Amino acid sequence: MSLIEGEKEHILACVKEVLGENTKTRENLIPLLQQVQHKLGYLPSLAMEKIAEGVNVPTVDIYGLATFYNQFRMNPPGKHQVKVCLGTACYMVGGDITLESFERRMEIKEGETSPDRLFSLERVACVGCCTLAPVVVVDDKVEGKVTPTRVDGIMLALNEENGKAAAEQKPDQSEGDDNGHS
Amino acid sequence: MSEHVNITIDDREIKVRPGEKLLWAALENDIYIPHLCAIKEESRPNASCRLCFVEIDGIDYPVAACTRQVEEGMVVKTRSTKVDRLVKTAFELLLSDHNLKCSECPANRNCALQRIAKERGLKLKHNRFKPIGREFELDDSPAEFAFDRSRCVLCGQCIWADRVGAEAWIFGFANRGIDRVVTTFNNLPLAELKCNECTLCVDACPVGALYYKREQKV
Repeated sequence: MSLIEGEKEHILACVKEVLGENTKTRENLIPLLQQVQHKLGYLPSLAMEKIAEGVNVPTVDIYGLATFYNQFRMNPPGKHQVKVCLGTACYMVGGDITLESFERRMEIKEGETSPDRLFSLERVACVGCCTLAPVVVVDDKVEGKVTPTRVDGIMLALNEENGKAAAEQKPDQSEGDDNGHS
Repeated sequence: MSEHVNITIDDREIKVRPGEKLLWAALENDIYIPHLCAIKEESRPNASCRLCFVEIDGIDYPVAACTRQVEEGMVVKTRSTKVDRLVKTAFELLLSDHNLKCSECPANRNCALQRIAKERGLKLKHNRFKPIGREFELDDSPAEFAFDRSRCVLCGQCIWADRVGAEAWIFGFANRGIDRVVTTFNNLPLAELKCNECTLCVDACPVGALYYKREQKV
């Protein structure tokens, strides 16, 4: 995942701050990674490299640690986070098909974030409302009985929302351009 | 402390160095015990391959020979019904995640898995466990060698060679459970890292996962 403008500086500052506040030992790696992820929302490669440097462990060990635990994510959270439940009940009524539908529509795989960072897709194990299976959580909103058709509906709503947000931003930009040219 | 301890393995009395691990004591006396992950110099063995089980008199369950130190008067059997069952299961589980196209493998006839199969009368076939069929990208970025993870048995020999021998710190384990792999930082191709192609890892690989390109079969 490529970094967006200004993100590199933000990552470096964050890691520096976390390393400054903590003991830099191998035993303390998990809390270090947790704090960095808490600040950044994810663990970018650059952050892992800088932590490895600061604690003096091989970068591949940080990568191994971060990939071992489910709590760490290597991709930035999208503007819209979709979590598909694959708990027993949801799985039995085709939760995996729902997940596949999202993967096709978003053109990403489970655990990934779209390049424009609008969507991220995750799987979860039980949301706690199995009667609504298959369940999907879209930005903290629980959606029940999500068939592939409903996936299309959800994606349409999300894209519409994104379109509106983009349209609201555009007028400012064009004004800015005009000023620049004159 | 005496200069050596006396132990009995498969009715053979041998003298071994005190403090030695049972596995190495046996191997050095030409008594074969299957093993993949054991590294003699390692102070705390991984004991992850679960292949080196033996029976020790006085202990009613099989123990991993790579973790057990020799003791005076120890009586060991390398084969028993219990041991054979454990080794067979561990071996079959390894094969369920192994590319079994031996005829295409550069390590054919020089492979630790083939040796274990031969010594213990095991078949190099998917039988009880269905193949997992994980898909991997071949890393053929280095000039001399390549890394085919579909043949990797996750023994960690290359990681040891890379760290202790070469001090390159490139290889490590990543992911968990069934997704476990030997990999590099961010799964990057070897050529993009500080790999100077010393090939110690290739020499350490007991199977055909890391292999010299010149030995590749078309």
